Amino acid sequence: MSERIPVTELTDGFRDRAEVALADGQLRTNFRTAMDSLMKKRADAFPDEEEREGLRELGNRIKARALSRLPDLLEQLEAKLTDNGVKVHWAETTEQANEIVHGIIQARQGSQVVKGKSMVSEEMEMNDYLAERGVECLESDMGEYIVQLDGEKPSHIIMPAIHKNRSQVSKLFHDKLGVEETDDVNELIQIGRRTLRRKFMEADVGVSGVNFAIAETGTLLLVENEGNGRMSTTAPPVHIAVTGIEKVVENLRDVVPLLSLLTRSALGQPITTYVNMISGPRKADELDGPEEVHLVLLDNGRSGAFADAQMRQTLNCIRCGACMNHCPVYTRVGGHTYGEVYPGPIGKIITPHMVGLHQVPDHPSASSLCGACGDVCPVKIPIPELLQRLRQENVKSPAEGAKVKDGGAKYSRKERLVWRFWRTLNSSPVLYRLFLWGATRFRKLTPKNVGPWTENHTAPVPAKRSLHDLAREHLARNGGQ
Amino acid sequence: MSELFYDAAPNATRVAPERPGPRQYPAKPREVVLFGTCVVDLFFPEAGLDAIRLLEREGIRVHFPEGQSCCGQPAWTSGYATEARVVARAQLAILDAGMPVVVPSGSCAGMFRQHYRELFAEEPDTLERVASLAERTFELTEFLLNVCQVEWHDLGEPTRIALHTSCSARREMNTHLHARELLGKLAKVERVDHHHESECCGFGGTFSVRMPEVSGAMVKDKTESLVTSGADEMVTADGGCLMNINGSLDKQQQAFRGRHLASFLWERVSGEGKA
Repeated sequence: MSERIPVTELTDGFRDRAEVALADGQLRTNFRTAMDSLMKKRADAFPDEEEREGLRELGNRIKARALSRLPDLLEQLEAKLTDNGVKVHWAETTEQANEIVHGIIQARQGSQVVKGKSMVSEEMEMNDYLAERGVECLESDMGEYIVQLDGEKPSHIIMPAIHKNRSQVSKLFHDKLGVEETDDVNELIQIGRRTLRRKFMEADVGVSGVNFAIAETGTLLLVENEGNGRMSTTAPPVHIAVTGIEKVVENLRDVVPLLSLLTRSALGQPITTYVNMISGPRKADELDGPEEVHLVLLDNGRSGAFADAQMRQTLNCIRCGACMNHCPVYTRVGGHTYGEVYPGPIGKIITPHMVGLHQVPDHPSASSLCGACGDVCPVKIPIPELLQRLRQENVKSPAEGAKVKDGGAKYSRKERLVWRFWRTLNSSPVLYRLFLWGATRFRKLTPKNVGPWTENHTAPVPAKRSLHDLAREHLARNGGQ
Repeated sequence: MSELFYDAAPNATRVAPERPGPRQYPAKPREVVLFGTCVVDLFFPEAGLDAIRLLEREGIRVHFPEGQSCCGQPAWTSGYATEARVVARAQLAILDAGMPVVVPSGSCAGMFRQHYRELFAEEPDTLERVASLAERTFELTEFLLNVCQVEWHDLGEPTRIALHTSCSARREMNTHLHARELLGKLAKVERVDHHHESECCGFGGTFSVRMPEVSGAMVKDKTESLVTSGADEMVTADGGCLMNINGSLDKQQQAFRGRHLASFLWERVSGEGKA
């Protein structure tokens, strides 16, 4: 009967953007093609189900173990990194993180920054922050470079420009860089690379993200396929790594299964082209590497998720993007529809902790709870369960006191009353049967238009007689009850 | 693989229940309860009746407690846990008798087996009854295949069908393969694959009315792949998906339709052709 319940008409950014995205045939084709290919690649990367499930279980346990000791591990990481000559900074908010980064650049009188791919820097909107202060920050990951050139944000956490096809990129390069249009992907990559090569040598500071921060050894580990991460972290005289506090793991041994899970889940690769392990600045007898290395550890709402035993599982995330690749909603609407840094299923459960549920009130509902995301998550985050939890937090009344930042964003007295009525109907056999009797007897009176449902369907008409009626009659005949 | 579990501690922080593993099935009981589900009750009552007939055909006496209504899922997935709990408690009381409970819908069976545990997580006394219900709950195809171990003689005409498995059946009950295996027992039924078979049809309970744009795009793709699959019709063991898919096909004025697996199976094994 759920479908017969009138729900409050919801309008907000997500729905409006979804409508625009759904009307864009090219965008839908780009995403469908890309996601189909990524799903196949992941499936091919895990041919043995038992091995995959064992590895996922291990990944989950490693992350859960690390999170259970998070404060200790962060202190250990800071101590080790400091011993190694890395300067560690703590930022509670993105504003603080930006100030720290800008401060480091200012101290070197820097004006040019090259950046490897980093979702945390997107979270900080670092490019805009630095640009406003006269510092140019150039994206060096090819996908990031493309979206930056087009004045956009990434639409996927692993493949920022996945929403564009090659001819769209060709046209963009033609418009912005004045080069000839070409359909040759290699040629397009070379065009981007020529610009970037020069920048690597000129930059004052290189910025990167971190995939895993290893507490025991004080190592910052980065994976990448293009080499720009290695260039960004070694060519400029200063390297600043920015990361969320949840990326810390206990030891190097923990990283092996996590890396395997990450690359296979993300792109179906057994391993990436580059695995960078940074443990400190250039030493006196070394020929290259940065003179200074900094790590900025960002909270930005993560400790709020950490404090809640159920929501803490959100922090298991190793940012592989597999949940997006397998999400039927993401596949239809693309990453920009979510309007936030982290799109897709993981975005829906992590963003509320960062910006508050009132900023993303429709995120928890933008899922059919099909479960595909939870099935593919390499560290077994129960995304559908966490979405359910957020839905509950979302509709709490002010008196009930939501436990997630700015919960209660979708509280509606009217909707609550509808569910109260539903509850009374379905917990009172007499009322329920009266309802069946009425609905079947007056079935001809079923309205042709039942709100949002009839946008895509004809209205369902109750049967002539309910199963209650048919079963009673049938079982009486057959001596049942 | 086991050596990789070197010193990974038991998971202290995991809150969500584990997905069900392989299930041990009991011997065929003499009596069962049919939980009809609210969608079948009102919109597809024949499917419920056909489920009863299929069970009776196996020599099982079927009970249909009159007090049953809805499993509570619509409120639960909409965030109204308190309301869902009241309705769930009413079903628990009705289904307490200790008999196996057969459900002609993967998602409602999944609600009993998976989500009641979450719903009553803070009521230890109720959890015992919840565990008993979970243990006794079977999705119809799972029950026919593994408990009844049916062997059928296919009395129907040769036909090509597309099987739509619900997400809940697939992910909460592991029963999507049961439906497939049951159909395999019918000699004259050819099952045809369709594109993105494992993808959600877009129903998701209130998702379909909260996000009609996205849900509509999903069901449109689903119906298109079904219509072009070359199948004569679609069958599914889930009332919600059926209403979603058929409602969309009707709106598009397509002739292709789906029906409940219970009705299809009854027609094949009883020889009672229904136009």
